[in-house]
Amino acid sequence: MDFLGILQILDSSLRLATPLLLACLAGLFSERAGIFDIGLEGKMLASAFMSAAVASFTGDVWLGLMAGILASLLLALIHGVASITFRGNQLISGVAINFLASGLTVVIGEAWFALGGRTPQLSGGARFQEITLPFANAARDVPIVGPIYANLLSGHSILVYVALLLVPLSWWVLFRTRFGLRLRAVGENPAAVDTAGVSVVGLRYAAVMICGVLCGIAGAYLATALSAGFVKEMSAGRGFIALAALIFAKWRPWYALGATLLFGLLEALGNRFQSLDLFGIPIPTQFMQALPYILTVVILAGFVGKAIPPRAGGEPYVKER
Amino acid sequence: MSASDLAIELRGISKAFGPVQANKDISIQVKRGSIHGIIGENGAGKSTLMSILYGFYKADAGEVFIGGQKTEITDSQAAIDAGIGMVFQHFKLVENFSVLENIILGAEDGALLKPSLAKARTLLKKLADDYEMDVDPDAIIEDLGVGQQQRVEILKALYREADILILDEPTGVLTPAEADHLFRILQGLRDEGKTIILITHKLREIMEITDTVSVMRRGEMTATVRTADTSPEQLAELMVGRKVLLRVDKTPAAPGDVILEVENLRVVDGQGVERLRGIDLQIRAGEVLGIAGVAGNGQSELLEVLGGYARGTGTIRINGQEIDLTGTASDARTRRARGIAHVPEDRQREGLIMDFAAWENVAFGYQDDARFAPGLLMDHGAMRADCEGKMERFDVRPPDPMLAAKNFSGGNQQKIVLAREIERNPDLLLIGQPTRGVDIGAIEFIHQQVIALRDQGKAILLVSVELDEIMALSDRIAVMFDGRIMGERLPAETNANELGLLMAGMTGEDAA
Repeated sequence: MDFLGILQILDSSLRLATPLLLACLAGLFSERAGIFDIGLEGKMLASAFMSAAVASFTGDVWLGLMAGILASLLLALIHGVASITFRGNQLISGVAINFLASGLTVVIGEAWFALGGRTPQLSGGARFQEITLPFANAARDVPIVGPIYANLLSGHSILVYVALLLVPLSWWVLFRTRFGLRLRAVGENPAAVDTAGVSVVGLRYAAVMICGVLCGIAGAYLATALSAGFVKEMSAGRGFIALAALIFAKWRPWYALGATLLFGLLEALGNRFQSLDLFGIPIPTQFMQALPYILTVVILAGFVGKAIPPRAGGEPYVKER
Repeated sequence: MSASDLAIELRGISKAFGPVQANKDISIQVKRGSIHGIIGENGAGKSTLMSILYGFYKADAGEVFIGGQKTEITDSQAAIDAGIGMVFQHFKLVENFSVLENIILGAEDGALLKPSLAKARTLLKKLADDYEMDVDPDAIIEDLGVGQQQRVEILKALYREADILILDEPTGVLTPAEADHLFRILQGLRDEGKTIILITHKLREIMEITDTVSVMRRGEMTATVRTADTSPEQLAELMVGRKVLLRVDKTPAAPGDVILEVENLRVVDGQGVERLRGIDLQIRAGEVLGIAGVAGNGQSELLEVLGGYARGTGTIRINGQEIDLTGTASDARTRRARGIAHVPEDRQREGLIMDFAAWENVAFGYQDDARFAPGLLMDHGAMRADCEGKMERFDVRPPDPMLAAKNFSGGNQQKIVLAREIERNPDLLLIGQPTRGVDIGAIEFIHQQVIALRDQGKAILLVSVELDEIMALSDRIAVMFDGRIMGERLPAETNANELGLLMAGMTGEDAA
């Protein structure tokens, strides 16, 4: 394979890693604050649908993005009320959100568009367009660096760059600000935060809402940037892959970038090599496309070293007697 | 006494948790610049009262005055603003944060961490110099010993400029030397004009350090007296409501044959750390061997491997016969068959199933007995009747076999476990922290039971972090440090000082 071929695969890895990265950072904020969220999937799906629907009605992708974020925030709020205010089981609440999103998107989609749960094909201003970075075309002829800049880094939708910028931003917020210190503390030992005179409930809601916003962006990216419209179940388990990536990343933003890029690469390889002969043995397409899911299973089975989750993760905070 | 001499005044505080009235109409006055003790049995309501003062719980009724001003303490932030700091019994620290991060948490100077951390570093150094509280600001909490962690908690309060410092059972986790150091720190703080409230159930500490003491019993304040005007006996009586025997009455031991022999016992934990590094000991019939030591120096592992639920290497002999430490034959069940009974250290996790009824808990380990399982089915009636008998003999209150274990007080839970284990008629009783979280009245009973068992000619291995308890019950004392036995002493020939040094890993030669 030549250099340009490799760049193409990496380019496609980046596109495919973006929703995973956004969802992974979403989960990171939530879980660092002690709220497990297996509803990333549902929130992405709801956002994908609402963003595509509103973009299709209005023709404006930015309005679509806002609508997607709102839909995701609404589900995040439900998760917050159930697991923070009412101290319910976070896994059950997450499962409920996934089911809710999976059902509602199809039902409402059919009611609005009567296309079997799809939204109409989006085009023009109703979709995020690819951005050509400055001097990309001019730089194309520079050896090595030129194609990397022009083919790999340039030519993505704005949300890809947003996702990449969110990595250092998340790191800075978590490890360099007061909010981040408190957020991490509330996921480790909420009683320490409470006795220090800071509201545990407030911090956890803040984290869950940040998670909602990021999932919303991830969902909108799926429907209005990566694809051109919503199709039933289009999140395709990405919320769960993001959770696996989060464990792989040991709940750290930079590692999250690495982990999601790896998943993106596997998905890109699966797409690129539909049929592959490895030393004369034909590898079935299904195997190639299953690669990201296989890695998920391997990570969740704990084959990649010990990952220590935030210690108060999954536990509602009740003042002890 | 004018109002401004008072650091704190509580008037008519009441608090109920469901049907349990934890605090009933409590009024108390604490003088500025004094150390005020609050003593009472477990469940007397001491911690609840202080948690109300710190804003952790809300009182149902009552008023709080701080420095003569009526103050509404709605949450912990309000308490901090009023100059109150609290060191909880279970530390409220984020274990994987550094000391500095824990100190500034909630009291940061701005949205960014850097300036706050720098300021805390400077202030911490000053506080460390002023009060001999040396702590590495960059150390991670979980790498620190409990004594150091406690200092971080005190520094946290001082960083927030607390004038009133509440400490809840602060010495439970400390060695005698660490406790002495803590008391020196507290006296230093008092001399500077700060007010200290010390919650404890240890009479010795009250007598040693407080200026005044309030006694609580069953949610009520029964008395407030000047420490100089009272005695341990009087305080114990006020706490329990009847005369209490503070010393254990026992005759000299009459040791018989060797029951338990342990040679070169080693245990390696899951992380590959050697927790027991070659233990040798012997216990004869009719004697109590007390194992003293600070928690976490291998005592738990010793009990676990003897009780048959941890793996170890070496030799264990019961009545001269070796126990197989390998393979499936090494479990708690075969140990019991060989005459070992075990009252585990953590009764709520290892001794009882908290959600199960008392009769079920009492039946554990006997479920295959012919009395209880004549055929395919278990005879619940017989089990309940058996439980009733045990409850009567061990004075468990309330004597209701149907009540879930979690609904008994700590002392009565311990009596349930003790009844089950002692009535097994074992040759060797392993007993860990027999009176942890147990009130004085029940302590007296449990101690009597242990001595009675000894006098029946049984061997007893007692593990306790309470030095007083070890001194009172043991016929011989072995001190453990870092997985080894540092030395053996006779209670009559040693004292808390010498044992304290051994507990800190110093042998006689080092100390001299």
